[in-house]
Amino acid sequence: MTFLSELLAWFTDPLNWQGTSGIPIRTWEHIQYSVAATLIAALIALPISLYLGHTGRGGLLAINIANIGRAIPSLGLIIMAFILLGLNIVPVMIALVALAIPPIVTNTYIGIRNVNREVRDAAGGMGMTGWQILTRVEIPVALPLIMAGLRTSAVQVVATATLAAYLSFGGLGRFLFDGLALQDYEQLTGGALLIAALSLITEFALARVQAVIVPKGLAKRNATAAVDAKMSGRAGVASSGA
Amino acid sequence: MDWGWVQDHLDEIQSLFFQHAQFTLLALVYGFAIAFPLALAATRWPRLYTPILGLTGILFTIPSIALFMLMMPFTGPTATTCLIALTIYTLLVLVRNTVEGLRGVPREVREAAEAMGYRRFKQLFRVELPIALPVIIAGIRIAVVTTIGLVTITALIGFGGLGALFIDGFRQAFGTPIIVGFTLSVLFAVVADVALVGAQRMLTPWARGAGGR
Repeated sequence: MTFLSELLAWFTDPLNWQGTSGIPIRTWEHIQYSVAATLIAALIALPISLYLGHTGRGGLLAINIANIGRAIPSLGLIIMAFILLGLNIVPVMIALVALAIPPIVTNTYIGIRNVNREVRDAAGGMGMTGWQILTRVEIPVALPLIMAGLRTSAVQVVATATLAAYLSFGGLGRFLFDGLALQDYEQLTGGALLIAALSLITEFALARVQAVIVPKGLAKRNATAAVDAKMSGRAGVASSGA
Repeated sequence: MDWGWVQDHLDEIQSLFFQHAQFTLLALVYGFAIAFPLALAATRWPRLYTPILGLTGILFTIPSIALFMLMMPFTGPTATTCLIALTIYTLLVLVRNTVEGLRGVPREVREAAEAMGYRRFKQLFRVELPIALPVIIAGIRIAVVTTIGLVTITALIGFGGLGALFIDGFRQAFGTPIIVGFTLSVLFAVVADVALVGAQRMLTPWARGAGGR
């Protein structure tokens, strides 16, 4: 049990909570990378996938991109971007954004395409324009899946932002790579626990957000979508195999 | 892209690929050995399903890098560390798809099998599992592709299969090994995925016409 007590000592050492390399600052850096990457990915992926879903174009790519994304090795992507673009935060961001886009695209596209044809036709029959159908009918109905996609991406980004520290940047990965280099297993394990906790918090917090903003009438669908998000896992596809 | 480097390192690339394939295969075999009984239990006693899914789901949400590192104080930078973590990541998909597949067996089919006098185990293996196979294989496909990607992360603790080439390239600030590792790793995933689709078509000839998923 000595390891556990040393780990506890690491967590309770006031020095580890102070200054620019303390736990609060590292956590804040990690959150900043993650929020920035997820937002940029959403800004790129949402308009494209809403357009594709609304018009029904590009389905083959939109549905399969999440599967392709799953096969992309994140470590290779980040190091490759670093070699091409040099040592700054841009390669890290590019890699994180690239990994975050596929789940958003696939889930959003499937969410919009899954809107009942009759519902869409009824909206058209009531005289709604294409824009109105998209914003007032399709997006609200697809919201559970859109949120599931964003959640999958966000959790994946939080996980992968750890690698920023491999390129000498900050974030919670610092503790991992410094601990690894120094064979300091308390620091290593402490960092790993913090990253695991941040991922789980992200997952549950976004699940709460989803529960709050999804229209009540869709609550039941929402439950199904939550299961889908789980099933789709890291690089999620909403309508995976099952 | 420096083809001379590729020529000089063919042996190394080959052995890294074998390590990659070995890790993937072992993780899948161990994963299935754990997931299959869990899935049968969850099908037999539905109450177990939510806790099993919840637990494997939480394990799945823990970032792979963090999980590898969490094992380090106990098993050190060894292949065991890699395999335990890789196996854990296959569980969620395998359990879920096996349970969903078995649950999807139509009630009439089950009743017909019972009426024909099938015993529980024989019914499971002769009737229910074959019908559930497309969904189970869909799960295996996701697990295989995910695992092939995750193996590269183990490069951080000295393994990595083709991912070791990323670290090589990083240390020398040299792009070729990274491109080679990246391309082969993605290619491996795609080929494995296509091979599994082929295996499914062979194993479930009856599902072909119906566009078996």
